Amino acid sequence: MSKLLEVNDLSIDLPVPAGTLRAVRNVSFAVDKGETLALVGESGCGKSLTALSLMDLLPRAAKRRARIFRFDDLDLMALGERKMTDIRGRRMSMIFQEPMTSLNPCYTIGNQLEEALLRHQTVSRKQARERAVFLLDKVGITAAGSRLKQYPHQLSGGLRQRIMISMALMCGPSLIIADEPTTALDVTIQAQILALLSSLQDEFEMGMIMITHDLGVVSRVADQVAVMYCGEIIETGSTKALFADPLHPYTKGLLDCIPVPGRTRRGAHLSSIPGTVPTPIGELTGCVFRNRCPEVTAACSEGLIETRNFGENRSCRCLLMQV
Amino acid sequence: MSEDLLEIDDIYKIYMLSGGVLQSKRSLKAVDGVSFTVAKGSVLGLVGESGCGKSTLAKIILGLESPTRGEIRLSGQPITSISQRRRARRIQPIFQDPYASLNPRKTIYQIIGLPLSVHGIGTAKEQEKKVVEMMAVVGLPRRVRYNYPSQLSGGQRQRVAIARALIMRPEIVICDEPTSALDVSVQSQILNLLIDLRRELDLTYIVISHDLAVVEHLVSEVAVMYLGRIVEQAPTADLFEKPLHPYTTALLTSVLTPDPELGLPETHLGITYPNPIDPPSGCTFHPRCPKATERCKVEIPQPTIKGDRLVECHFPNE
Repeated sequence: MSKLLEVNDLSIDLPVPAGTLRAVRNVSFAVDKGETLALVGESGCGKSLTALSLMDLLPRAAKRRARIFRFDDLDLMALGERKMTDIRGRRMSMIFQEPMTSLNPCYTIGNQLEEALLRHQTVSRKQARERAVFLLDKVGITAAGSRLKQYPHQLSGGLRQRIMISMALMCGPSLIIADEPTTALDVTIQAQILALLSSLQDEFEMGMIMITHDLGVVSRVADQVAVMYCGEIIETGSTKALFADPLHPYTKGLLDCIPVPGRTRRGAHLSSIPGTVPTPIGELTGCVFRNRCPEVTAACSEGLIETRNFGENRSCRCLLMQV
Repeated sequence: MSEDLLEIDDIYKIYMLSGGVLQSKRSLKAVDGVSFTVAKGSVLGLVGESGCGKSTLAKIILGLESPTRGEIRLSGQPITSISQRRRARRIQPIFQDPYASLNPRKTIYQIIGLPLSVHGIGTAKEQEKKVVEMMAVVGLPRRVRYNYPSQLSGGQRQRVAIARALIMRPEIVICDEPTSALDVSVQSQILNLLIDLRRELDLTYIVISHDLAVVEHLVSEVAVMYLGRIVEQAPTADLFEKPLHPYTTALLTSVLTPDPELGLPETHLGITYPNPIDPPSGCTFHPRCPKATERCKVEIPQPTIKGDRLVECHFPNE
């Protein structure tokens, strides 16, 4: 069976004053129906650009290349702007990080929810409204009918994020891209929103790409994880395997950085990853992590580091890993 | 016991909101009768959801807001009798977002040195020496002195904010979400730095955060705030081991530690954070509390103190 989304060797270049920023390089991943893939990494690692490229929402100057860029039965590379507009919001949709800035303050919730359906399907305003009320109900918003007349500023952060989620679901997409869906929310709301997302995902059999920097969130919701660093996927694996036995020194470093109540000793030093992320401009050789890696060898700065497979869905881009 | 450096005594902060042209003003109790003491050299953590009043409390301690009622004493002296300038030499803040809290048009040197020139400490030569020393203390390379904030990384900027707060050698540092704008690998560096600085410079911290893992790591005592009140206060180890208030239990359950075995927790909180303008009757937590009874809807719970723990609940966990 073929996957819902398959991306192979995706690269994104951004022109910057100093040359070409090779923001994403040869990234490959796949998402199946009903499955959650988490793209994890620190700011600037290219995870958001990767997501935007799927929706064809990259900045105008950015260039994307890919060997395979297939969604369902469509080759996304070959689709024109018009066709893409038909797919965006209908067959794949996105939940953004800041519900505060991504909802239009000048329109009511109802207007914004109905818009997606009215644009994509031939339905009456009444039907669109019914669908909106149905979904608001689904995401746990009480008195949905009266919410439709409200404006975004009248709602709390948690409610706004629920609106964003129901907006993404209006046309019943088969793929949802959630870009840091809970970062702006309180911890108590975070768990609820994540639980909501995964129950909706089960119900509608959607594939999901979850973009986040929070390894705690990843461990609880994802089926597959891809760790990104400086524009490359440096490790992939099933969530269980990756957290139990991280292969790449960067993944290990990230996991060691987090204070965990009960596991790390209070007031003791946490381990950290020294140094900073390099800027990928121009020709790149060797491993991008080598200047921060505790296990670096001379071979790490030479040639191209291949992504090697270690069992099913398990890969790592590091010379040190022995098969 | 060591001396109490800071005493917060029954502080209230009530904002009056205009209700519209023909409506009367409504009051919002941001801080609703909060008392605690901070011993010298300790680290107090204030946790709670957004809107619970923790940042307002920080502003009051810093003197950026004046309390509606109540008194704050610094080493036994009412803080209102200390001038803003003197107060600033003893209490300094580190803010959440180093992108927003540093002036983009000043160099790093100017930013860190500004408190010195405001307070007229030392000659230009001495000030420069102090700034360079402080940059070394917080781990900033000397060469970034004449750079602008935009040229630094997030972690470096937070180090600048820390250096600026510490250059006056304050006694109390208020850290408002010190790491929440940072990446995980940088967060651990900054936490390590804060821990080291406290030891080296004999500082007292008040840490405000919604990240309980960070709080657990950094602080010695935790105060949990809900709708302007402290509903539970206890030494960190006790609180994490055995929370007494149902709200604390819910907060602790919602911490997502990286563990794929655990799945998503059920906090039993419901979705509604109450409107602070129109707080619920009785115990303000009752609409979200899984243990609420009729009594909770009518009767306001009083704080009960057991040993070094405080809890404000009719039915605390046994």
